[in-house]
Amino acid sequence: MTADGSLVWDGGFAPPTDCRVSVSAEPASANEQAERRRAAWMAAAQAGDRRAYERVLADSVALVRAVARRHGVGADALDDVVQETLLTVHRVRHTYDPARSYDAWLGAIAGRRAIDTLRSQGRRGRRELHDEFALDSHPDRDDASDDAERRQQARRLREAIAQLPPGQREAVEQLGLREQSLAEAAAQTGRNTGALKVNLHRALKALRGRLNGDP
Amino acid sequence: MSEPRHQALIDVLGAELVPVRRLLPPWLRTAGWLALVAAFAVLLFAHYGDAPMLRRWAGAPDLAWAALGAVLTAVTAAWAAFTLAVPGRSRAWAWLPLPPALLWIGASGLGCLRTWLAPGTSIATLHQSADCLVFIIGFSIPLSALLVWLLRRACPLRPLLAALLVGLASASASACLLEICHAYDAAATDLLTHALAVGIVVAANAVMGGRLLSRQ
Repeated sequence: MTADGSLVWDGGFAPPTDCRVSVSAEPASANEQAERRRAAWMAAAQAGDRRAYERVLADSVALVRAVARRHGVGADALDDVVQETLLTVHRVRHTYDPARSYDAWLGAIAGRRAIDTLRSQGRRGRRELHDEFALDSHPDRDDASDDAERRQQARRLREAIAQLPPGQREAVEQLGLREQSLAEAAAQTGRNTGALKVNLHRALKALRGRLNGDP
Repeated sequence: MSEPRHQALIDVLGAELVPVRRLLPPWLRTAGWLALVAAFAVLLFAHYGDAPMLRRWAGAPDLAWAALGAVLTAVTAAWAAFTLAVPGRSRAWAWLPLPPALLWIGASGLGCLRTWLAPGTSIATLHQSADCLVFIIGFSIPLSALLVWLLRRACPLRPLLAALLVGLASASASACLLEICHAYDAAATDLLTHALAVGIVVAANAVMGGRLLSRQ
């Protein structure tokens, strides 16, 4: 803890200037106590204490939001960053060293997930811009026949999805059709995000093969 | 208590919780990786002996300084890679291998300016230099593979940086091993071949290792 009430990211080597969490709104001792509490909970969670784990995760939500905001993540995407961060924390909880700052450890993960979210939004934004351009450049000429063709394509797609294995069908339904985030889909299906990504990838490959005749 | 949306996920994660074994400290993991390098070194010493290497070093101390630089580069690059694979550690760790790497490059370069040949050596032909390239790349493959495998157990949030360090650690460790049986004196062609081999190993790790490490 520094004199200006900031938590320094790393105890070893030179701390980077962009890795600080401003906590000046609360007294320093309260923050230190809160961080020590989170560190103790996470240490207990590593040993399998579920109650401590749920506490530390719940207590981490506000910190993750603060880190995501500082990286410039918009209000609409904050929850995605929180959920992706919690999932990462779950996967890499063995990397936390109780002798070091829990907030620094969590902040680094949250920062990375915030950047991932911003990149993903950027990619989506560029795609959507191109789609708009394509729509303007190539307007529909025959709405009636296009409508019929779209209905036929939708029916073929529904049939193809129905023929997928259950895991792949579930991934397409949750992530593609209901537009849920990976974190939401993971929470709903009880599968981990890695399995969902793999299932979605396989499902899309299978659908491409069935609909376009791709190998 | 967090919002219901996050609480649902927290409940799921809590239900999945099992005890985990904490990651060993970076220096200990570095030591584990160096044990494989040492095992290779023991095999090479058993085959070639240490006398030719010590005679070369006695006659041309710049070779010994270059070897020391390569050893320290391997140790520090691996240590930095393991440290940076733990979330929350400063990226300044990535600079740790720089001073020994400068020693390694500087001593190797100075050796080219020497006007006498080190004892028991000759100037490598292009074909002989190619053997050095194959040696460095060949030993770098298992060393890189082990490092990547060990790093994947941690959480490298900067996969490209970690992969670059993996490449540097493996290539410099392989160059150290080569020193045991390297009967050629420092020369421009040999130095360039070594630099090319190190460059190939680092670039290959940046491309392949970066992808493997980014699946976190």
